[in-house]
Amino acid sequence: MIRLGVPSKGRLMEQTFDWFADRGVRLSRSGSDREYAGQVEGAEGVSLVLLSAGEIPRELRAGRIELGVTGTDLIREKLAGWKSDIVEVVPMGFGHADLILAVPECWCDCDNLDDLTSIARDFRAAHGFRLRIATKYHRLVRAWLAAHEVADYQLVDSQGATEGTVANQTAEAIADITSSGATLRANNLKILSEEPILRSQATLFANQAAMDPNMKRFLNQLGL
Amino acid sequence: MTLNCGKQTVGKRLLAAFREAGAEEVAPDILLPAESLLDLYGEDIRARAYVTSDPIRGEMMLRPDFTVPVVQAHMENGAEPARYCYLGEVFRKQDMGDTRSETPRDNEYLQAGFELFSHETGADAEVFALFYRLLSPYGARAETGDMGLLLDAVRGLPLPAPRRDALLHHIWRAGRFQQLLVRFSAETRPRDFPQNVASWTGLRSTAEMQARIDRLRADAGSPPLPAIWTERLKRLFAVRAPASEAVVMLRELALEWPEIAGAVERIVTRFDKIARAGVAPEQVVFDASHGRTTMEYYDGFTFSFMAGDRGWPPIASGGRYDALTSVLGKGRRIPAVGGIIRPGLLAELETA
Repeated sequence: MIRLGVPSKGRLMEQTFDWFADRGVRLSRSGSDREYAGQVEGAEGVSLVLLSAGEIPRELRAGRIELGVTGTDLIREKLAGWKSDIVEVVPMGFGHADLILAVPECWCDCDNLDDLTSIARDFRAAHGFRLRIATKYHRLVRAWLAAHEVADYQLVDSQGATEGTVANQTAEAIADITSSGATLRANNLKILSEEPILRSQATLFANQAAMDPNMKRFLNQLGL
Repeated sequence: MTLNCGKQTVGKRLLAAFREAGAEEVAPDILLPAESLLDLYGEDIRARAYVTSDPIRGEMMLRPDFTVPVVQAHMENGAEPARYCYLGEVFRKQDMGDTRSETPRDNEYLQAGFELFSHETGADAEVFALFYRLLSPYGARAETGDMGLLLDAVRGLPLPAPRRDALLHHIWRAGRFQQLLVRFSAETRPRDFPQNVASWTGLRSTAEMQARIDRLRADAGSPPLPAIWTERLKRLFAVRAPASEAVVMLRELALEWPEIAGAVERIVTRFDKIARAGVAPEQVVFDASHGRTTMEYYDGFTFSFMAGDRGWPPIASGGRYDALTSVLGKGRRIPAVGGIIRPGLLAELETA
């Protein structure tokens, strides 16, 4: 049996259902909208597991599901050494979002990461603590800043409403996922003119240990 | 879990040797307050340290390093000169990036260390010769450096103070240092700072921004750093040879760069003292860039000992950290030098 993990609500679920429907496999939620059980029609030996998108990486690695749909950002952030356990089967072409670094729009002396590095040094000298960057993507952001040799900053954890941390003065900058940038602008923030830390999209992932003939047959059926 | 009697035995032997060298044994806590460590080390250590929380004491960290708690204890109640030694575990997470390593490094390992707080000029040589004597039976190769030399070299560049300070600040980050050097070596184009209508947000003040803009505007008129200085820095960073040869190269460089002459003579004197302590300078590599890849708190002499296969971490490392004592001593400062040995790696060498 191939257990397919799919985000349990919202646009990500609907677009996943559409993606599979286009390939002849009909996924649906059984019963009411509140019930997290699902059905699969058009494929043998596949069952649907509805999960929070954030839990799919962990469940995939643990082998409690064989296939899963989630963002590349979540796999890379949550699973250290993910390539050793997980196969990226195919990007699905929706759920696009960039992980970016944003600073106050009013900082007219800050366009790029070099500016931020210099501002962080001044800030630390003036305030006696490191410039704070609010994020929930600790590993990705830290690795990116380390690769660019940024010093004098600290990450502060923010699991939601991250754009508000600057106005609340619990952070000086943020690193978060954005698709349109509208929330950033509404909070008087601007994106640094750098390549995004990560370009993420919804992607079909498989547990490497589950890549058996059954799995290959199913992926074949999907045209992969 | 592995049987650890091997590394414990080696560790106790090192501790006994440190005690014989006059050190008093100390036993810092395993759980340390996280805040001062995080502020000191930054995100590099946060990525690698185990942080946990205590309902009363707040965020605590599993000891990632002995130097800081030993310095803190000494600054509170130590008399000089003081020699301390210790043996215990440190804890470092090993984040493997995208691919899991086939041979993951330990996340918990023993360190045996020796720290010397003293104004005596022979302190560097004392610590280094002690480590050398303990490690040469393992066929270890000694490499040394001197951050004081590099800091003096940068201080001696004909640059306006803000540029010099920026280079000094980033000396441990080779890419950023190089990028700044390239920028300072070219004509600076004046830059626009277009005002925008966005409302002010965040803790950074308009005055702080204005101060930086003023600094950048003033900087735009600076003449480029003549190319000869990049050339000299490159030559300096590339000095790597047995100490006896390296000091000749350094003295040659100092002829056209008088600002480093003092640091070069300090290095010569140090190797004389090391020689008198029984270690031939031919046996020791001096690498001018050595300290740039070690902990940022070393600001003078640095050393490491390499052994075993390629890819092994150093079996021992250390250096001088005078500035750290003033950061942790709240104004008081004491010259300090010390280092650690990893008994686990020595035990592996013994059984190999």
